[in-house]
Amino acid sequence: MSDWTTYEPVLIPNIAGLDRLETYRKHGGYDALHAVLHDQNTWPDPASVVQEVKEANIRGRGGAGFNAGLKWSFMPPVDGGPRYLACNGDESEPGTFKDRKIFEYNPFLFIEGATIAAYAMSITSIYVYIRGEYRSWIHKMEKAVSDAYDAGLLGQNILGSDFSVDLVLHSGAGAYICGEETSLLESLEGKRGYPRVKPPFPAQRGLWGRPTTINNIETLSNVPGVIRNGADWFKSIGAESHPGPILYGISGHVNRPGVYELPSGMPVMTLIEEVAQGMRNGKKLKAIIPGGSSTPILPAKDLEDLTMDADALRGAGSMMGTAGMVVMDEDTDIVETLWRISKFYHHESCGQCTPCREGTGWLEKILEKVVTGQGTTRDLDLLLDITSQMEGRTICALADAAAWPVRYTISRFRDEFEARCKPSLIPVG
Amino acid sequence: MSQKSSDNGASLSQNGTSAYTFTKEQLAEIEVLKTKYPEVQAVTLPVLWMAQDTFGHVDPEVQRLVAYTLDLPESHVHGVAEFYTQYFKTPKGKHVLDVCTCLSCHLCGGMDTLGYLENKLGIKAGETTPDGEFTLQEAECLGACGYAPMMQITNDVYVNHLTPEKVDQVLDQLASGDTPDFESIPMPLVSTTSNNEAAGGSDE
Ligand SMILES: Cc1cc2nc3c(=O)[nH]c(=O)nc-3n(C[C@H](O)[C@H](O)[C@H](O)COP(=O)(O)O)c2cc1C
Ligand code: SF4
Ligand code: FES
Repeated sequence: MSDWTTYEPVLIPNIAGLDRLETYRKHGGYDALHAVLHDQNTWPDPASVVQEVKEANIRGRGGAGFNAGLKWSFMPPVDGGPRYLACNGDESEPGTFKDRKIFEYNPFLFIEGATIAAYAMSITSIYVYIRGEYRSWIHKMEKAVSDAYDAGLLGQNILGSDFSVDLVLHSGAGAYICGEETSLLESLEGKRGYPRVKPPFPAQRGLWGRPTTINNIETLSNVPGVIRNGADWFKSIGAESHPGPILYGISGHVNRPGVYELPSGMPVMTLIEEVAQGMRNGKKLKAIIPGGSSTPILPAKDLEDLTMDADALRGAGSMMGTAGMVVMDEDTDIVETLWRISKFYHHESCGQCTPCREGTGWLEKILEKVVTGQGTTRDLDLLLDITSQMEGRTICALADAAAWPVRYTISRFRDEFEARCKPSLIPVG
Repeated sequence: MSQKSSDNGASLSQNGTSAYTFTKEQLAEIEVLKTKYPEVQAVTLPVLWMAQDTFGHVDPEVQRLVAYTLDLPESHVHGVAEFYTQYFKTPKGKHVLDVCTCLSCHLCGGMDTLGYLENKLGIKAGETTPDGEFTLQEAECLGACGYAPMMQITNDVYVNHLTPEKVDQVLDQLASGDTPDFESIPMPLVSTTSNNEAAGGSDE
């Protein structure tokens, strides 16, 4: 791991006024798009752009960690009809507050990245879905998009080339589930955000039945850098199997919570002790949730040599998710924290699938019993049983996202749960 | 589209009526919105937003206006309005305070903030003060987890790092007809050489 203290941010560099187009361009902004459209030697065709992005291995920053270029390559051949790019700015996984930083501080980086992606996949329209609560940030994006249109960077014949694409901002209206990619498509079409059954996958049948790619805002914001500096440059940043810059959102019981741009693969303890400047009030660390509320909790004893990248976290029994790390100190009531997470997933289940609709409800209800001292040890096994009836049995992954925290928090902090429970009167099993 | 709009700003097709109307300007804006999508139905969310910003809520009468204006079934607009939590299906107080009590906020005093507001306003979460000034709500994660505890005001600005003093200040400000400014929270610099300066951000 290179020295993080000398790392120079590339997604949100320390340059004042980057949210103004002239400043952005002065610092190399739109050089990448220009090259892609005009430098025939380096970028002979859209496929060459897809190839470079695939080579860079930008793993999706929306939570699933899928190679963006590989996803792009799934788009079917051009048939003359419309093709869409849906940009996911729903950002609603508890613990996650990073994409808004791009909207606020470097909106053109994202717009340029989305435009290059559109060129690479022969997209005809880009839709940017932003959670409705982010009204302040949507206003900032409206200004940026309008400036990009005025400067010929969106719309017809971009930068004097024969490439044209439109970009439309679309506000959500309060529904976590709309961050799930097919729910997002339904919402963009003006419907309730009920996730779709896959297959067909969006690349085959997405928005309005046409080929569609969905990418997270931060994922797309990495594209201009890859084009400008090459896949090898990108791969030289951070963890080998999960390269590139990461916007780490650190919240909870640390002295300096916030979003930090650093290489992937940062040691968890460095993020807590040095970057976020240690635990609040000199308390001891108890546990972290590494990448948003659905990623399994890790107790402090497992964090010693752990790094923030997909492989290392999987090895430790968790996931990278959105890199929104929630830090908990020794006074944290783990039982109550889990109940609050379950309440969230119950509230946000769209209700289409019985295991999810009923399961999330039961998880919340039983955990409430345990929190208030009414639970029995038998209830803990009932909770685990419910999670196994939810996982992998539903249309979308919300049910898994709701089940994992329950399964792993109980298994990793079982004594704290048992201490809250009355003994079962009927023996288990 | 078969729907007609008369010159005085009424906006209803032959299909029915609503107690509410969009202005001529709004109808023109809706026409522009429609050009951004291949199907009219896609403007359901934006037009519901427009309606709520105008009338303060999207009760069934407002939903009818949206349905008639777009020539879509009322059941469709109703279903959409019901699905999304930010649409107010019944009128709310003049100011709606959404206090986040989700994961990170829960760990950092979100419930205390909510409790403080309940005491101060004399209402429970989900209720509106008798004078109609404030509605208090418990919210799920608003994407401000590092700045907890926090709340959103009437689907618009976020106020972060709440303390009792700051809550008092915000309530006074709202009562006097003012709204808090947008709080830009720069990214802290990580480099140890330039410790507390802010990265990113506008210089305004
Ligand atoms: C319940 C649920 C919620 C999700 N919410 C988001 C979200 O808010 N933002 C996001 O980018 N991806 C979210 N995702 C992941 C998306 O489905 C999808 O994988 C992602 O947007 C793809 O972009 P990427 O490959 O660039 O990460 C969510 C997934 C699920 C199952
Ligand atoms: S798993 Fe849950 S959220 Fe996903 S489609 Fe089924 S009911 Fe809806
Ligand atoms: S948990 Fe409150 S803003 Fe995310």
